Amino acid sequence: MSAQPSAPEGAEPTHFEFDQDSERQIAAVLAKYPPERKASGVLPLLYVVQKQMGRQTGSAWIPRVAMDVVAERLEMAPIRVYEVATFYLMFNTKPIGRYHLQVCTTTSCWLRGSDDVTAACKAATGIKAFGETSADGLFTLTEVECLGACANAPILQVDDDYYEDLDGPRTEELIAALKRGERPTPGPTIDRLNSAPAGGRKVLVGDMAQKPQGQE
Amino acid sequence: MLQDKDRIFTNLYGQGDWTLAGARARGDWDGTAEILARGRDAIINEMKASGLRGRGGAGFPTGVKWSFMPKKNDGRPHYLVINGDESEPGTCKDREILRHDPHKLVESALIASFAMGAHAAYIYIRGEFYNEAMHLQHAIDEAYAAGLIGPNACGSGWDFDFYIHRGAGAYICGEETALLESLEGKKGQPRMKPPFPAAMGLYGCPTTVNNVESIAVSATILRRGAAWFSGLGRPNNAGTKLMAISGHVNTPCVFEEELGVPMRELIEKHGGGVRGGWDNLLAVIPGGCSVPMLPRDVCDTVLMDYDSLRAEGSGLGTGCMIVMDKSTDIIAAIARFSKFFKHESCGQCTPCREGTGWMMRIMDRMVQGRAEIEEIDMLEQVTRQVEGHTICALGDAAAWPIQGLIRRFRPVMEERIRAYKAAHGGGRIVQVPAGLVEAAE
Repeated sequence: MSAQPSAPEGAEPTHFEFDQDSERQIAAVLAKYPPERKASGVLPLLYVVQKQMGRQTGSAWIPRVAMDVVAERLEMAPIRVYEVATFYLMFNTKPIGRYHLQVCTTTSCWLRGSDDVTAACKAATGIKAFGETSADGLFTLTEVECLGACANAPILQVDDDYYEDLDGPRTEELIAALKRGERPTPGPTIDRLNSAPAGGRKVLVGDMAQKPQGQE
Repeated sequence: MLQDKDRIFTNLYGQGDWTLAGARARGDWDGTAEILARGRDAIINEMKASGLRGRGGAGFPTGVKWSFMPKKNDGRPHYLVINGDESEPGTCKDREILRHDPHKLVESALIASFAMGAHAAYIYIRGEFYNEAMHLQHAIDEAYAAGLIGPNACGSGWDFDFYIHRGAGAYICGEETALLESLEGKKGQPRMKPPFPAAMGLYGCPTTVNNVESIAVSATILRRGAAWFSGLGRPNNAGTKLMAISGHVNTPCVFEEELGVPMRELIEKHGGGVRGGWDNLLAVIPGGCSVPMLPRDVCDTVLMDYDSLRAEGSGLGTGCMIVMDKSTDIIAAIARFSKFFKHESCGQCTPCREGTGWMMRIMDRMVQGRAEIEEIDMLEQVTRQVEGHTICALGDAAAWPIQGLIRRFRPVMEERIRAYKAAHGGGRIVQVPAGLVEAAE
């Protein structure tokens, strides 16, 4: 198992308050669960915190003081929120760069060259090892386990978006584009429609597939 | 091989419109109210007759699972929970349903919920599938706006609400009781069974947990009839299945096929063949990393379905193959799985929490050959100490790939050890240098 690290000293803000955007999202979240089961909202609310920190500070992470605010809102003991925040990998419990580079290195991606993607990420950002943030504060590099898009391996997830079918040079190009402030369209980086075979579909060709099948 | 007219997921690649208009043109939401009007028992009987087995990996008959829900309501609400925590290495099929055919899932969720007396369904989607969850949310919003779900869904008189709950990066939440814990706002640590979810699941209420694909196919099965579905595939292995091929093939992809087709045909037709030709094949992991791998001679003839793969000491799992050619360092490939399981163990049961670390560290030495021949047996023994001694199947899943490696590739492991000794001097016991062993976390 692997628990998330805590934030370095001095990184913790003294105060956290939800903004209007977040309040709207929270109202939608809490409507999903029975009123006496508010604790179900803890994962969604931690996401709300992380997104708001990203909007406000450029670093999408969850400070301890925000966990306390979540605990109060959901009528939970703070320790229950801390243990959830440190259990799940996608919650950043220390500050990160503006762009979160998440390289999948599990076997399907490794077989198709995730080592090259990792090397390209390091070369393009100057990061030496997983878990570090680049000197310019733009990038944090994280090693992640299977992202569930193995037919499009290898994959680099940048924040919420998957960039697929990568190799070393295309990874460096992608990072160069991010540095210029661009957001290339997510998906395959080779000529390919989503998870269909490269070179064109072998099934579901023609427009018949878009009509009801076998129904009179 | 399956023809286009018998495919369920006709927008698998997102080549058409995935929103409500496109889904309706492909035949979704057609006569949903009439299906509901058949009644709970008729729907469950039809699902049983179709022979559909769970598509998440375990292969339990879906209709039978639905029938475990209490027939009478004792005052507690019933829930359908859909498992969209697709995280098994090699597996990438439910993602295509969520982003390209979301209405099949919403419609089927309504029907399944009705059949088990549930007015609410939750889908737990892995956190990394952010854009996929957005597509599904859009489809849900469209369905509410069109009166297809919500109060008096499709004019059937049945009230139905459908909610998305996103996970946050924990493989263990794909285990059904860990998923329920996570949905209740806790760490994803599996529960002891019994009680089973059908008696005490989400919030202590009767609950059925089904894989995304198992649910998403049910509307089509009910529309086209159980006989149509069970006519595809082989006896006890009925129907079509979403599969994927990743690794060393020319064209990795996701596709829908009939069960019971030879694995070789699938790899050659859909995967464009093994890189360097079939003779360059080393091994295939047939259904996600938790099922043992098959060496090439088995792959020559084995059929891709539950029973055929079980007969070879493996399993269909999720039906998503990882293909490895002869350039693969097979020990390193399996060692990567050991690292995966060590990272994903929830820490609740000691044999798994400690054992996955032990297995990873021994496997890391095996990759280099920095070990004794006898340690292969010791590693085998460690896997046996973990297997079957934990609350959930993660311990088993961590043990099986290593057992498969030792069973099929022991000579490669021995050769690696001999080569290391030859390069580093002598047959004496190799001491592990201090600091190389990662501290147990």
